[in-house]
Amino acid sequence: MTIATRTVVTRQEVEDFLYHEAALLDDWKLDEWQALLTDDAAYYVPPNDQLEGDHRNTLFLVADDRERIRQRVIRINDPNCHAEYPKSRTRRMISNVRILGVEDDLITVAANFVCYRFRRYERVREYVGGYRYVLKRAGDSFRIKERRVLIDAHELGSLGSVSFIL
Amino acid sequence: MSARSYIIDDREKKTFLLDREVLVSDEILRREMSQIFGRCWIYVGHASELGKPGEFRSRKVAGRPVIFVRDQKGEYHCLFNTCRHRGAIVCTQREGNARRFMCIYHGWTYGNDGSLIRVPGDDAYAEAFDKIEYGLKRPARFEEYRGFWFMCLDQDAVPLHDYLGRAKDYIDLVIDQSPSGQMEIIAGVQEYDVAANWKLMVENSVDDYHLPSTHSTWLNFMANSGVKIEPPKEEGLVLPTRGLAVELGNGHFTTDNINFRGRPVAKWIPLYGEAAKAEMDEIRRELVARLGEARARRVADTNRNLVIFPNLVINDGSSVTVRTFYPEGAGKMHVTAWALGPVEESESARARRLDAFLTFYGPGGFATPDDVEALELVQQGLANWHEDRWSEMSRGMGKETEQLNSDEHHLRIFWRRWNELMGAPA
Repeated sequence: MTIATRTVVTRQEVEDFLYHEAALLDDWKLDEWQALLTDDAAYYVPPNDQLEGDHRNTLFLVADDRERIRQRVIRINDPNCHAEYPKSRTRRMISNVRILGVEDDLITVAANFVCYRFRRYERVREYVGGYRYVLKRAGDSFRIKERRVLIDAHELGSLGSVSFIL
Repeated sequence: MSARSYIIDDREKKTFLLDREVLVSDEILRREMSQIFGRCWIYVGHASELGKPGEFRSRKVAGRPVIFVRDQKGEYHCLFNTCRHRGAIVCTQREGNARRFMCIYHGWTYGNDGSLIRVPGDDAYAEAFDKIEYGLKRPARFEEYRGFWFMCLDQDAVPLHDYLGRAKDYIDLVIDQSPSGQMEIIAGVQEYDVAANWKLMVENSVDDYHLPSTHSTWLNFMANSGVKIEPPKEEGLVLPTRGLAVELGNGHFTTDNINFRGRPVAKWIPLYGEAAKAEMDEIRRELVARLGEARARRVADTNRNLVIFPNLVINDGSSVTVRTFYPEGAGKMHVTAWALGPVEESESARARRLDAFLTFYGPGGFATPDDVEALELVQQGLANWHEDRWSEMSRGMGKETEQLNSDEHHLRIFWRRWNELMGAPA
């Protein structure tokens, strides 16, 4: 029984999935990116001083449920989203991917990232931190149930904003 | 440098122009540090940040590293975070609870009331050396109003209560959300830089003229979430409801708007969800029972962005934010923003308040990043200040009637006060 329902997950599968997601985000293919989300997906960016905080009692930078993610994408696709028009160019490097746990069809994953962001002609901004995912097995691939971005900088400071999907 | 006026305030022609040099000049910034930040009452922190004796926060206030701390008796202090011996920072932790602060350089150790309690090898000092004289220095004045602690570097300044003047009424209105009259800073700080002069944030915080153009995506989001966004019905209005700009004296001012955007206390909008209705009705009933119908409506059905001169903003809008900001050079500021809520708020009401905060405010909100963009574009455009010298700020000046939130009356209040403190001839 246990063996029959056990989900076998390899790091390579997870890496392929995360690289695919990163490419969609860097290419601003946000509708395709949204197709990777479960119907109850959540996207969190905790404040720099409370990385382990709970968004229900702590002020986050981003705490989106699935509907808010949909609204966020509508907003940042709009040319009147001035903070992202012209759109930032981003390039994210993902490494140190680890599967932290598997429970039924849910897989908890950690990864390191560097996201370089260029805005118009200004100097690069470097977002450095960790991703925490809860992935859900979906056939040969996964869906994202939870996506949490932990920024290492002690304050957002010169990074300024999180106006794109980090 | 002799003082001159940086504004052209022509009451006859009803025009108001601002010299853009004030937004780009390092020399003016140096004078601001003494004339404005060295003389005004400056926000340090909120009492609720320090729950128990020994709790502290170290932060920079007006460029000064300070320790905001409660001593063992529970008294609040604001201490300069600088060792009396050779000048090192003595508290390197951002927050915590400590009985003493030890300088790591030579070990001079201070109590959490600032007194010098230990000097390693103090037998090497002459008799005249008295530890009592070497407690941590502190700002000349440190006073509070209803939990909001301010410091002032000018010994001769008027008391904080007098300085705040009529702004106190608007602080009271925020605090009236709480049944016990106690608000608290909620965990989680938003700290971010804006590549723009600090005074542009003062303007932006109260300028409702910019909402339709800068924040159309936010208005769309509100509409998508079921909030009725009707075109303005009245001449001069740019938003669905009417709002005023109100002068409060000493350079303070506020907007005072009829709410359309929802209020966690206590004006339901569809964004909060059907399930929230019952609890919000209950919050409203408590307001009415405690404050009466009229005052309850003031608290729940109006939103207000309040500026305490020079650099404290309390936005009681989609949620409550306490926001302060400091120059880091003429073209850059550092912003710190907190959320404020009633201490007795239920878990679900607190979650709703924080969610409402993020619909608009902060570096990941649906509006603030566009404000930041607007301010940075201003700063970039100001590179032409020498050839294109004056900002036009006359909006609403020709009217005899009330000044609207979308006029520039309140911006002019700020600039007149700023100009006066910078020593402009009267």
